[in-house]
Amino acid sequence: MEALKDKLESSFLVFENEINGAADSPMHARRREAFQRFIKMGFPTKRHEEWKYTNLKPILKHDYRVFVNDEQTVDFSAIKRYFLNDVDTYKLVFIDGYYSSWLSETTHSDFDICTFSNMLTKYKDVGEKYFNKALPEDEALASVNTAFAKEGAFIRVKRGKTVDKPVEVIFITTDHGVETMTQPRNLVVVEENAEVTILERHQSLSSQEVLTNTATEIFALKDSRVNYYKIQNDAPNASLIDSTSVRQYSKSNVTLGTYSFGGKFTRNNLNFFLEGEHTESHLDGITVIDGKQTVDHHTLVDHKVPNCYSDEMYKGIYDENSHGVFNGKVMVHPHAQKTNAFQQNNNILLTDKSSIDTKPQLEIYADDVQCSHGCTIGQLDEDALFYLKTRGIPEKEAKALLLYAFANDGLRNVKIPVLRKKLNRLIAKKLNVNLDFEL
Amino acid sequence: MLKINNLQAAIEGKEILKGIDLEVKPGEVHAIMGPNGSGKSTLSSVIAGREDYEVTAGNIDFQGEDLLDLDADERAHKGIFLSFQYPVEIPGVTVTNFIKTAINESRKARGEEAMPANIMLKKMREKMGLLEIDSAFLSRSLNQGFSGGEKKRNEIFQMAMLEPKLAILDETDSGLDIDALRIVANGVNKLKSKDNAIIVITHYQRLLDYIVPDFVHVLHQGKIVKSGDKNLAHELESRGYDWLKEGVEA
Repeated sequence: MEALKDKLESSFLVFENEINGAADSPMHARRREAFQRFIKMGFPTKRHEEWKYTNLKPILKHDYRVFVNDEQTVDFSAIKRYFLNDVDTYKLVFIDGYYSSWLSETTHSDFDICTFSNMLTKYKDVGEKYFNKALPEDEALASVNTAFAKEGAFIRVKRGKTVDKPVEVIFITTDHGVETMTQPRNLVVVEENAEVTILERHQSLSSQEVLTNTATEIFALKDSRVNYYKIQNDAPNASLIDSTSVRQYSKSNVTLGTYSFGGKFTRNNLNFFLEGEHTESHLDGITVIDGKQTVDHHTLVDHKVPNCYSDEMYKGIYDENSHGVFNGKVMVHPHAQKTNAFQQNNNILLTDKSSIDTKPQLEIYADDVQCSHGCTIGQLDEDALFYLKTRGIPEKEAKALLLYAFANDGLRNVKIPVLRKKLNRLIAKKLNVNLDFEL
Repeated sequence: MLKINNLQAAIEGKEILKGIDLEVKPGEVHAIMGPNGSGKSTLSSVIAGREDYEVTAGNIDFQGEDLLDLDADERAHKGIFLSFQYPVEIPGVTVTNFIKTAINESRKARGEEAMPANIMLKKMREKMGLLEIDSAFLSRSLNQGFSGGEKKRNEIFQMAMLEPKLAILDETDSGLDIDALRIVANGVNKLKSKDNAIIVITHYQRLLDYIVPDFVHVLHQGKIVKSGDKNLAHELESRGYDWLKEGVEA
């Protein structure tokens, strides 16, 4: 871990030299501050309350190359399956941290769907207003990302506009024969009464260890509607640390779905900060993992103002030796009266060796609120299994059907039918069945 | 069709069935009656293939095959159907998808093609009419939030769709009001043919007014203590079970 920290320190100096002209900009000042914070904090260890259940050490011990310089190209055919395909979308595709214009489809009409680097030069005002204004300062990995922030998606939807098709943001890491670390940075600003649907995924094509340390900031201004879905189904030697922060202003409605099936290690730090009244927040997650996979969900819904509604539902299915974590914090501040906050985390362990650490954390300092949380850990219902078998459904299919049904609630807010289908297929594939039905 | 010989079964070391003999031929309706705890539901579970029960002796022959060698799903493929006393609620799976999956898994097991969607739909409509089921029913989650009557009607609907050779109706009358009972019984009667057989398991004679049995067997302490025709059911209704119990315990 110390080796990687040292490496990041020298890399940061190189990075500063490269951007010499922009080194005095207010944007870069934020990077520098973030880097200083990281140097002070260091990487989190299991001694940190927020990292109690997962050990980063094995992930950070690798000798990652921090900057990839030899640009590689990728054929669309090689990555076609990571796209939605059957539906028309805007696309932002990045290969090893570099924007790929030939694989992308951008626009600058009523909305800007382009790159973070483009924003840094063309929309400095937006950057100055929003860059690093959503992410919490005390998260080391988000700070590292901020320090190196230079490329990723920039999506800005102007007032009153609805983006006419979903936006797909895909980050590809290719094989460079070395262990690689990438740090994509996304900024999403959805102005008053505007609407957008975004799909994000990170995909390694490398046979080497890959670590993606990504960060995304989403600003949902007054009356806006945002749907943001993450498909986490990366290669077996790829790890992902995802810091996403959402700031919601009055009457905005944000759905964030996290669907985790692949990868070696995945950590999601998801924060919702409710800044204006009468907002609606939906946080959904489905995790289906096996082998020695780890998926760790840390969420925070920060009810700072009255009259907001949040609903969180995370479902997990753990097979073989896999390990899950759900740590869901809901904070209701003293004057956040009439808050409605709901949280649900349900898990099924399929083997004796799989495990889940689940920790609902409700801190409620207001008295006129409606809050609830529920968390369950169980096995498959034997009575239900027998019932299905007496109807001629074989054990394997019956189990899959029950697991499907169990996970299904997590798709309740997926509004793109092809995405729903894709997620259903991914779940089926992960459960190793081929069932001829859709839920 | 079904031949049960000296069937003995236990759960967690406790003996429940102590030597059952029963023969059911195509076209017949058998009623199995008996007081609570006599082993009625155990018998139906063992025939359907519930693994919690350990069969300690005897065998069950179904059309020349030993059922005890088969898993519950394989028994279903051979044409055995159990209508549950307490159907299980399965949130997230709609009635339609459940029935579709059940039918096509059985067809697959028999080496047949999946049933074409239009034929499936036609068949569903026809059987729904038979049981006076509303079409909104099909898109609801299986048994979730169903009333007692809806659950039982759904069981018989599944039976109608799966067309079993042997249907075991376990306490199908419990939880039904008289109108629902009539609809369910009427549905069952329409599904009856000279090729299939039905075993009705019930505590009360009430259901047998509608589904008239050819044979009535009284189960007590894991044994059939008396067999007769439908008049036996009436006798039980007026005299209760005690006169039979005394006979056994003596």
